Amino acid sequence: MTGILKIALKLLVNDKSKFSALLVGITFAVFLMVMMTSMFSGILTRASATVLNIGAKVWVMDPAVNNVASSIPMPDYVLDAVRSINGVKYAVPLYSGGALVKLRSGSYQFVTVMGLDDSTLFGRPELLAGKIEDIFAENAFVVVQDAEFAKLENPIIGTEFEINDHRGVVVGLAKVNTSGLFGVPTLYTTFSRAITYIPSTRFTAAYILIEPKGSGDLSYIKRQVQKLGYEALTKDEFIQKISNFYKYNTGLGINVLLMTIISFIVGLSISGQTFYTFILENLEKFGALKAIGAKGRELITMILFQATFTALTAYGLGVGLATTLIVVARLRLPDYAAQITYGNLGLAFVMVLIIAGVSSYIGIRKVIRIEPFDIFRS
Amino acid sequence: MANLAVRAQGLTKWFGEGDAKTFAVRDASFEAHFGELLYIVGPSGSGKTTLLSMISGILRPNSGNVMIEDKDIWSLSDDEIADFRLNRIGFVFQDYHLFPRLTTVENVAIPLILKKMDWNESLKVALGYLEIVGLEERAQLPPVKLSGGEQQRVAIARAIASHPDILIFDEPTASLDGDTGRKIVEFVKKDILNEKRCIIIVTHDIRIFEFADRIMNMEDGKITGVEKREP
Repeated sequence: MTGILKIALKLLVNDKSKFSALLVGITFAVFLMVMMTSMFSGILTRASATVLNIGAKVWVMDPAVNNVASSIPMPDYVLDAVRSINGVKYAVPLYSGGALVKLRSGSYQFVTVMGLDDSTLFGRPELLAGKIEDIFAENAFVVVQDAEFAKLENPIIGTEFEINDHRGVVVGLAKVNTSGLFGVPTLYTTFSRAITYIPSTRFTAAYILIEPKGSGDLSYIKRQVQKLGYEALTKDEFIQKISNFYKYNTGLGINVLLMTIISFIVGLSISGQTFYTFILENLEKFGALKAIGAKGRELITMILFQATFTALTAYGLGVGLATTLIVVARLRLPDYAAQITYGNLGLAFVMVLIIAGVSSYIGIRKVIRIEPFDIFRS
Repeated sequence: MANLAVRAQGLTKWFGEGDAKTFAVRDASFEAHFGELLYIVGPSGSGKTTLLSMISGILRPNSGNVMIEDKDIWSLSDDEIADFRLNRIGFVFQDYHLFPRLTTVENVAIPLILKKMDWNESLKVALGYLEIVGLEERAQLPPVKLSGGEQQRVAIARAIASHPDILIFDEPTASLDGDTGRKIVEFVKKDILNEKRCIIIVTHDIRIFEFADRIMNMEDGKITGVEKREP
């Protein structure tokens, strides 16, 4: 570090009250920005949990589907038609629906039921206990052991329950990558059992999952599916579609955006005002430095360094605080939907750089205008 | 003249325009020499500080020139003038303008740091200058812990740290009691002034007039007379 930057650093950090106020202001802003965007990110990931957990490369659905939970069942011929498209390696149906489960204690619990293709069990979860072939046994269900597991009274293999007047038996415990958004336990069974046990509409396949022969076949498959009146989306496209729904059609995105902007404004106001006061208090000293022989660009460098150092320190503190809170929250609420992504961090980083830029601009304007002659006159 | 430090010719400075135009300095010409302690005296508003600012490269005159080593400093670019101030001029401000968040030795090291000297080396050199002004024991204290006289001496140490050949003092005794003020100027004359250095002091403190080699009087922006004092 050059001497001039060391002076700038000492002037900044040795003014403990101002430096603390700057750190607190920007840290708070970063904390709010990271928390808001992380919660939103967590919600979006949870909203796409089924897509992520099943893991199919291509999903066929009704074009009106805007999120994975509100599927529109498709007639059986669509499955046959899709299987006959050139470039499709295989295609399987997926059932996705909800049901009410009566537990041994007599209480009821709403669950999500995933019905996997009987012949392939494509999209099956990784089992923690039990054997996957037991899913073909009578009344068999696999329970996902996630944050919602306890809502089913912590079942073990062999635990029985009632689902729409049918007997259900737990034959396996599984884990998935991501829990769902709505805090509902998930059961896996076969497609045929799902449509038998759960009241369904005339059409039963919520989605058709495709494995293309190669990535070059994708556009052709999409066109052919479109000709059938349906839509084929890659996993990422489907996740994006779900994200867009929550961002633009639920008010959630606007609220998070508003909170993020408010956090930004709070941080900008506190740091801008404090930094301006800091510069004002040191204005004569900057003038004295100019008189002694400091060049304008050296003073600008000092101010930019002070603002950047404060902003980056506060950024680290804010991100650390948000991370700590999320970790602590998860200890108490295992399904707490918050997820720090590079995108969140990048957004907060850009916002912090803007805060530093605006704050230093205000300071630089004052310092550049101070004339060494004013020091003599004062 | 071989020992000529500064030659000011026809310096004029006004502020404002039209009806608000006010002359601070009118057609001021004088010379200052190495080895000389020159006082600029006069009542408030007589133009002393404005004249001092023009000869030290801080305030651009409306007309006239300031020749140092046969070069008009006001023909230099902004960066060159900044370098000129850093290398040739040492300032001791009326209110000292020491940085309260830095230690005493760091304050003294500022001109050296501006000259791109290594941080540790500049502190070492600065400590040497604090020794000259008798404050090496106070090196690690912040200036606010020092008395007014001590702060004045720190400001002097900072002013001489960059080896300037022209030292500018603005009202050096204004914030000091009579005895301390006298001691400071006596110290400056005895230990800081030498044959390769010119010191210009703006003051109206008659208690320190006895140390001057020449006293230049100003009134209403004009130099009204120069009085040579016998040692």
